[in-house]
Amino acid sequence: MKSKRGLRLLAIFGVLALILAACSPAEEGGDTTEAPGTTEAPTDTTEAPEMTTTTEGMEDPEPGPLGAVVVAPGDSIQIRSLQAISGPVAFLGVPIQRATMLAIQDYGPIEGFEVDMGTGLDDLCSAEGGQAAAQTIVSDEQVVGVIGTSCSGAAQAASPLVSDAGMVMISPANTSPSLTSDLQGTAGDNYREGYYRTAHNDLFQGQAVAEFAFNDLGLTSMAAIHDGDPYTQGLAKAFSDAFEELGGTITTFVGVNKGDTDMTPVLSEVSQGSPEGIYFPIFQPEGDFIVQQIGGVSGLGDVTLIGADGLFVTDFLGLPETEGMYFSGPSLDFGENANELTGVAASAFLETYESEFGEAPSSAFWAHGYDATTMLLQAIADVAMVQSDGSLFIDRQALRDRINATAFAGMIGDLTCDEFGDCGSQEIQINLHEDSSVTDLSQIPVVFTYKGEVG
Amino acid sequence: MTAIDERPAPPEAPEERERKALRISWIDLFLWGIRIAAIIVIVFGLFGSISKFVAGEGLTAQGWRDLIVSSLAQGAMYGLLALGYSMVYGVLGFINFAHGEVFMSGTMVGFIAANWLFENGVWTSNPFLAMFLVLIVAMITSTLVAVLVERIAYKPLRGAPRLIPLITSIGMSFFLQYTFGGLFGVGFNTYPPPPEVIAGSVNIFGIDVRSTQLTVIIIAILSMIGLWYFVTRTRSGRAMRAVAEDKEIAGLMGINVDRTIVLVFAVGGAMAGVAAMMWSLLFRSVNFFAGFLPGVKAFTAAVLGGIGNIAGAMGGGVLLGLFEGVGPLLILGGLGIPGVSQLKDAVAFIALVLVLIFRPSGLFGERLGSEDRV
Repeated sequence: MKSKRGLRLLAIFGVLALILAACSPAEEGGDTTEAPGTTEAPTDTTEAPEMTTTTEGMEDPEPGPLGAVVVAPGDSIQIRSLQAISGPVAFLGVPIQRATMLAIQDYGPIEGFEVDMGTGLDDLCSAEGGQAAAQTIVSDEQVVGVIGTSCSGAAQAASPLVSDAGMVMISPANTSPSLTSDLQGTAGDNYREGYYRTAHNDLFQGQAVAEFAFNDLGLTSMAAIHDGDPYTQGLAKAFSDAFEELGGTITTFVGVNKGDTDMTPVLSEVSQGSPEGIYFPIFQPEGDFIVQQIGGVSGLGDVTLIGADGLFVTDFLGLPETEGMYFSGPSLDFGENANELTGVAASAFLETYESEFGEAPSSAFWAHGYDATTMLLQAIADVAMVQSDGSLFIDRQALRDRINATAFAGMIGDLTCDEFGDCGSQEIQINLHEDSSVTDLSQIPVVFTYKGEVG
Repeated sequence: MTAIDERPAPPEAPEERERKALRISWIDLFLWGIRIAAIIVIVFGLFGSISKFVAGEGLTAQGWRDLIVSSLAQGAMYGLLALGYSMVYGVLGFINFAHGEVFMSGTMVGFIAANWLFENGVWTSNPFLAMFLVLIVAMITSTLVAVLVERIAYKPLRGAPRLIPLITSIGMSFFLQYTFGGLFGVGFNTYPPPPEVIAGSVNIFGIDVRSTQLTVIIIAILSMIGLWYFVTRTRSGRAMRAVAEDKEIAGLMGINVDRTIVLVFAVGGAMAGVAAMMWSLLFRSVNFFAGFLPGVKAFTAAVLGGIGNIAGAMGGGVLLGLFEGVGPLLILGGLGIPGVSQLKDAVAFIALVLVLIFRPSGLFGERLGSEDRV
């Protein structure tokens, strides 16, 4: 019995130790996430201008409710780039990061202060990556704004932190409706103040595909496949809703798992409803597996396949099975569109890009990245004030107000922001891919265009 | 587990014995509850699917056959991979988590061979020779990688507690992944499309079967027969079984234990190479991370069949393929749940849990060496 009591004591002690071990890191984690974001950053930034006002006199501006950034003479204005620059989605983020860099060069200094984007940060195209990078960003209270993220999943984690720190964030590539609004005046679940984007809202893309499939192709029953990612799921949902609104039937709405290779089960499930078409706005390699395996599933021999911009990439278009597929995505026909803030035209930008980096951009969102960067720089230039000691004063609230009032002609078209941060030109097009030997994105004919109206 | 049960129970106070009996009955009740719930779900699901089928809804007969054949092909691949896990566990008593990467190395190097053969026209002009060459290249690569991993990472740890080679194997897994990622790039490499002769489908007993899947199943059966012959009918195979039974005694009987262990890794690697070639026919796209998920699934298959048991590994693989391929639609689809295909991994792992609840040592029984039985 004695040893039993000893054991029991030991067990209780062990359980307590476990509880302690389980609790303490969480608390520490909580502290570190809060510290830079909410408590320290605003106090520090408000202190800095107060110091200058006491020493230099009264004419210097008072910081607004979100605090302000004061750039000392000789220092640079800090902005950050947060894109998917490694892993399978690097093709999307790398051109945007480079476009941000070039836009900063083209725009030049603001009030004599250089703009510095630091080292490009990586959102890893995941919530974890977005969170980690956002913590790095908000821990430096000199940062004014962020150009990012590439992936909607990363933005969901990053935008609360960036927003709480009073900074602004402009994404050139997030399209999930939940990050802004449903376009009917209701904010999305993940909308935070200070979040803006130059990419389109997926509700428009869903609407465009639904109208094209129902009206132009005459399809009445379709299936939608997503991969669980907020981007693909949101788009597939937007499409399904719009398609049913038009009078069509969605036979199956189903997800595949990222990393799945055997698509026969999911395609078999889709074949149960015998749809006339399938919309699958997913990525590689799952998209490859679907088009390669669809031939082996009875009942899906002659369905119309429609993919989205995630699959509208050279590698995928080179697969012979993709012939006859349609692809929806943002309008890529920038032509001679020029950014009025820097005067650089899209065609001229592409030449610079190719000479600078030795290759053509691997995705089309460089233009959105360029416009997003100039949009941020223009707003900074408009609200920045040079103080009596020669330092530059940038009020955070004023910056947000200024971005809300954005109106200029960019490479992607006219940019104006609605109250939930949708600033893109909302132009969607659908391409028809007929010949797998043609993989140059600009050579693939456009069969349908759609222009959404914000607000 | 057995050791604890067999130890003579210390004398206990009567009330304590009573309490213990009560506690066990609660656990039993809980387990029985799960068992009964599982049976109810399966029966209702099956009933729903069958009534749907009879009513002419859902999948057609051809649809079900396609699904079953593709699941069998996938399962056969899992089974061949599971052999590697099972054999190493049987002999050394630890899980070689780098085995998925051994498989991946085969797919990656096999891709180079396939691409070269395609560019030289051999792929189309002489498809069987081309596939055979890819098979040989994949097998040699996987075998070499498996043996090297054993020599470099596991041999120095012989005799160390089992947790240590286990952790080492996870390290090797990362090392191999990122080595191949560095050598071949992180993007996807796509094998050339299967040669004409196996691109269509063939009719067997009135059933249309895709030729690639049939090829995969035939190759798997041939490899299994080869392996069975090797293990049961050759001297080396007998040595392997002896070492699995008891390393020390086997050593005393004049068996070179080290060489036999290398042989186990080589055979496991060769089977992974065969699986790699099958992958190239079924899925075609490979990258440096392609070994991870198949590896996890194959490990699951090995446990499902009874780890350490060669027939169990193959059977477990085929069953796991069927569970995850057919299970979601047959059981959950029959219950009227929409979008069930995305639950296929969940179904596969729930099947594993259920099998372990009903039969803790796996379907075909665990085979343990004498050291594990103590």
